[in-house]
Amino acid sequence: MTQRIVIVGAGTGGSVLANRLADRLAPDIDAGDVEVTLVNESEMHVYKPIWLYVAFGKRDPEDGVRPVVDLVDPRVSLRFSRVEAIDAEEKRLALNGGDTLAYDYLVLATGARIVPDEVPGLQEAGHDFYSEEGAIALRDALADFTEGHLVLSVVGTPHMCPAAPLEFVFMADDWLRERGIRDQVDITYTYPIQRVHGKPTIAEWAAPRMDARDIRAETFFNVETVDAEAGVLKSLEGEELAYDLLVTIPPHDGVPMIREAGLGDDGWVAVDRTTLEATHADDVFALGDAADVPAPKAGSAAHYQASVVADRLTSLVHGQVPTATYDGKVVCFLEAGMDEATFVSFDYTHEPQLRPESRPVHWAKLAYNESYWLTARGLL
Amino acid sequence: MSTLTPDVTVDSRGAGCPGPLMDLIGKVKKADPGTVIELQTSDTGSKDDVPEWLDKAGHELLEIVEHDDYWSIYVRTTG
Ligand SMILES: Cc1cc2nc3c(=O)[nH]c(=O)nc-3n(C[C@H](O)[C@H](O)[C@H](O)COP(=O)(O)OP(=O)(O)OC[C@H]3O[C@@H](n4cnc5c(N)ncnc54)[C@H](O)[C@@H]3O)c2cc1C
Repeated sequence: MTQRIVIVGAGTGGSVLANRLADRLAPDIDAGDVEVTLVNESEMHVYKPIWLYVAFGKRDPEDGVRPVVDLVDPRVSLRFSRVEAIDAEEKRLALNGGDTLAYDYLVLATGARIVPDEVPGLQEAGHDFYSEEGAIALRDALADFTEGHLVLSVVGTPHMCPAAPLEFVFMADDWLRERGIRDQVDITYTYPIQRVHGKPTIAEWAAPRMDARDIRAETFFNVETVDAEAGVLKSLEGEELAYDLLVTIPPHDGVPMIREAGLGDDGWVAVDRTTLEATHADDVFALGDAADVPAPKAGSAAHYQASVVADRLTSLVHGQVPTATYDGKVVCFLEAGMDEATFVSFDYTHEPQLRPESRPVHWAKLAYNESYWLTARGLL
Repeated sequence: MSTLTPDVTVDSRGAGCPGPLMDLIGKVKKADPGTVIELQTSDTGSKDDVPEWLDKAGHELLEIVEHDDYWSIYVRTTG
């Protein structure tokens, strides 16, 4: 009997996983003993980190888009369809258009989506760089913005790439200086907890740099509503903040079918943090942004998790006991302006250590953006 | 052991970015008033961070229970 592995989502995690499996299981796939199917709603793979640069007019949105078929090993069967529902009891998926797809092992790599509607007024009032349309609209708004109060507000927790909001304000500060209009613009950064980032060491690195650059920080600020007409943010803690240009990190959610299938109440799949196996179903894994683990929703976390799931699935289809585990590892670059960056690596047990920012690390981040396509192919 | 039975348990053990307090705030935002939430955290900082935020945002701290390698912080949301 052929063992069927189905991966839903051909983003960073799903693509790396599909390629790793094609590599590890090549003889089994060639012999017809194992079948790996990758299902994605669109024919395109999207590299979201590009949007940060799109907002400042430094990259084009198309730079972050490639056909899935160009990135994935031909041993993997591709299905371009939206998965509408998961039946974890019967082990099958309902696809858009009425087809069903049966599996022996299922991996959910469906990522995160932004849900600005959850905060009244946010959709009308705020810009974001967390979607292609958002980044394009923000690029135009920023180009037109020559004076006033720029507010970057982190509304949603958890959200993709915890570093990106800090990167945005440091880049905006530099970018406005380069344009000679920094003294006409006030910048405020708001964050839900009492420091400027979830990780204390990152907050300790960022806070003095924000002070030095005259970027004001409002902490313990959880946006509850936005008054688009008046240009005012209102927080859960009872405070108000007026803005001229609002950029937000909107609330995030997983895909609704995860909740509907009983796999996780919050939209994220409940999993064991080390094995990435679903808590509420057998033979189901989740990785990347879709998985509810105490690691950041970052491409590098998805990448490391994909390797672990590939190893565990390889053991399972070979009738061996899986031993590979995920230790929470993540590596993130952090832009400190338009031409300097630092980077951090940490895991479930080690806190990040920050090195002073430098130009070479900034170039390394840009180089990584270029070589990302090798990552997605499973080569890096 | 606590005698409280939480409606929701948030497992944030193993530190994790964006941090246990942010996990809790995410849950509080979506919860109905009166919901009892247990936040499990192994991050020592949470023992100060969480009460400070609850105070500012006006939610109730019910109890902090120490386990071998983590704490359970029980919270009741208000309207
Ligand atoms: C502005 C920005 C900057 C970022 N910068 C960085 C960075 O510098 N470093 C870093 O590590 N990370 C960064 N990230 C985060 C990174 O992009 C994500 O963590 C990463 O893409 C997660 O990979 P994933 O495979 O879990 O999900 P995704 O890459 O989002 O892929 C999910 C895929 O699933 C598909 N899908 C969803 N639902 C269905 C369905 N029902 N049926 C079929 N297909 C479905 C989607 O179409 C998509 O192709 C950034 C994110 C943003 C928004």
